[in-house]
Amino acid sequence: MFRARHLLGIEHLSPQEIVTVLDLADRYVDLNRRTVKQSDALAGLTQINMFFENSTRTQASFELAGKRLGADVMNMSVAQSSVKKGETLIDTAMTLNAMHPDLLVVRHGSSGAVNLLASKVNCAVLNAGDGRHEHPTQALLDALTIRRAKGRIQRLSIAICGDIAHSRVARSNLILLGKMENRIRLIAPPTLMPAGVGEFGCELFDDMRKGLEGADVVMMLRLQKERMDGGFIPSEREYYHRYGLDAEKLSHAKPDAIVMHPGPMNRGVEIDGDLADDINRSVIQEQVEMGVAVRMACMDLLARNLRADRGMKAAGVMA
Amino acid sequence: MTLTLYKGQAMTLFLENARIIDPEAGTITPGNVILHDGQIAALGAGSPPKGAQIMECGGACLAPGIIDWGVKVGEPGERHRESFRSIGLAAAAGGVTTLIARPDTSPAIDTPEVLEFVTRRAAEACPVRIRHMAALTKARAGREMTEIGFLLDAGAIAFTDADHVTTDTKVLARALTYARSLNALVIGHPQEPGLSRGAAATSGKFASLRGIPAVHPMAERIGLDRDLGLIEMTGARYHADQITTARSLPALERAKKNGLDVTAGVSIHHLTLNEFDVGDYRTFFKLTPPLRAEDDRLAMIEAVASGLIDVIGSFHTPADEESKRLPFEDAASGAVGVETLLPAALRLVHAGQLDLPQLFRALSLNPARRLGLPQGRMAEGAPADLVLFNPDTPHVLDRFTLRSKSKNTPFDGARMEGKVMATFVAGRQVYGKAD
Repeated sequence: MFRARHLLGIEHLSPQEIVTVLDLADRYVDLNRRTVKQSDALAGLTQINMFFENSTRTQASFELAGKRLGADVMNMSVAQSSVKKGETLIDTAMTLNAMHPDLLVVRHGSSGAVNLLASKVNCAVLNAGDGRHEHPTQALLDALTIRRAKGRIQRLSIAICGDIAHSRVARSNLILLGKMENRIRLIAPPTLMPAGVGEFGCELFDDMRKGLEGADVVMMLRLQKERMDGGFIPSEREYYHRYGLDAEKLSHAKPDAIVMHPGPMNRGVEIDGDLADDINRSVIQEQVEMGVAVRMACMDLLARNLRADRGMKAAGVMA
Repeated sequence: MTLTLYKGQAMTLFLENARIIDPEAGTITPGNVILHDGQIAALGAGSPPKGAQIMECGGACLAPGIIDWGVKVGEPGERHRESFRSIGLAAAAGGVTTLIARPDTSPAIDTPEVLEFVTRRAAEACPVRIRHMAALTKARAGREMTEIGFLLDAGAIAFTDADHVTTDTKVLARALTYARSLNALVIGHPQEPGLSRGAAATSGKFASLRGIPAVHPMAERIGLDRDLGLIEMTGARYHADQITTARSLPALERAKKNGLDVTAGVSIHHLTLNEFDVGDYRTFFKLTPPLRAEDDRLAMIEAVASGLIDVIGSFHTPADEESKRLPFEDAASGAVGVETLLPAALRLVHAGQLDLPQLFRALSLNPARRLGLPQGRMAEGAPADLVLFNPDTPHVLDRFTLRSKSKNTPFDGARMEGKVMATFVAGRQVYGKAD
């Protein structure tokens, strides 16, 4: 069951819809491990990737996902183009809309910008990250990684640690893991903890060792230096000392706890390099792999709804 | 309804069978009113004088016309957003008889020459009364004070840098000291700009969930505390344009008790909306200061009822569609409000939080008193600036019916109760049915 027309955030998804995405993504993981990685789920459809913020990993992941499903994929590097010439977001959207895309993948630096864009176009819109609001495919790929490593995505103790205030990944994960009934612990220096977040039903810690106590999953976040407009932390070395994940701090979590990071990593700032590469604990490479599968699943499901929607409209015209 | 202007007609008008709201006495009494020669000639009179035009009010409410303090007009500089003509028509339709215009135009109203220009333009085009505030510092930059004396002579009614906070405390202290010597009223925007820079919402669960940069409500208290300290130091006359959080109220109350010459206002939007109204990034709800928590909204209503907050205004800020059709953080701040001020304020009456005389104390009487205007009273000999309205008429607001050139109202599609039937300025009808 998956009814959504756009994927703007986890906020709008039901637990059943989340499970639907994860189940389908599991099948695409298998496809992606074959030598011939081809499907025709999106054959004939046009996918446009519009990244108003620079991105390598997410854009590549979406591009690959679309190509493996047979879509015609186009990358618009809007970060350097018409937007710099003063065109508004809506004009850019209307211009693209006139080219009849079917799937629009958008990343933008302002919270809510993707919602605004989705209200103006008649194709399926996927949010690839908007400001500090949501990054739904990242939360879904994290959920798939956890489910494959732990066998379930319920009743786990999950620690999210680092720059929560500036992180859309943290918000989407918070909502998703909450919807799936997990115990969430947020660990951050008080300056990087968003206001009112305690009301979301999670536990807050500024002591990392206490926060990691008994955790099944440790999610590290990147320190988003580019979003900071003033001193949130005294220095990177003090941050690493108090909030950087190393083997000693990880020993407070469960012995089989897995370590996650959405990337790109700042080694020696939020995570110890050796730990990140430890194949027994770190699932960071799996996250990247799951990313392609989850994005394939999301686009496949949205395309099905899009076709059904257009079919209904066409039938309405004929009747 | 059609708009009829009786320009230059010195006539006698007999308003029959109205419910007369007197904010000074706090009463509502049924009766008739005679308007003659631009003044309220008689209240409660029995029969119409000879030759008077008779208007049957059918039991509708008659109150002193609203004095809307803090309205932005787009002249000079942004006439496509609002002209003196369009703001005047909107005001007349909203029961506003005097507009107190802000100086945050482009260029700012910071010299007697610009002030003379807008005064002349307004007189040509605006069907209601309009008075202008002037900037407190040149170009509202917070570095040098304006020619406060010349501007007073040219008709400036008060001095403010609108939403620009004078961060240099020494500059503000000098401007206040100088203003004190001329008995000029200075209006502050209580806000600590270091905390509120870049913010588009009030910090809390909602702003965090939406990922909108936010400011703690304490930023307003810190700004107010600083301003009140300077008022105690200089003895100047001071009005805080908008008090919007419960945390600011004790400081305000203390200042008033200590005898400082201080008053405060609040915007109608902060009395009728809260932070959750932003919903899915609706930019028409982006205001300065941002909408607050529900507890703060209720505390503001209580403060208006008790008289701690003196004035309710619309803080009318026209913004064109382009500047609002942007991601929330980048969109322009502010909402139009002169035309919806009264129906929105009547929500508080219908909710039982204020009575009509209390409401008009904050809409008409208090701003007139504070600004030294003769209007705002329901008394014989007072200027015949009146609004006739039915407080119960239900309607759904369609923003494209607004007379303002800009349509950025947060009340689009909202169910409202209360409609203006007629507006009178100096005894002349500027809005309403011709009969």
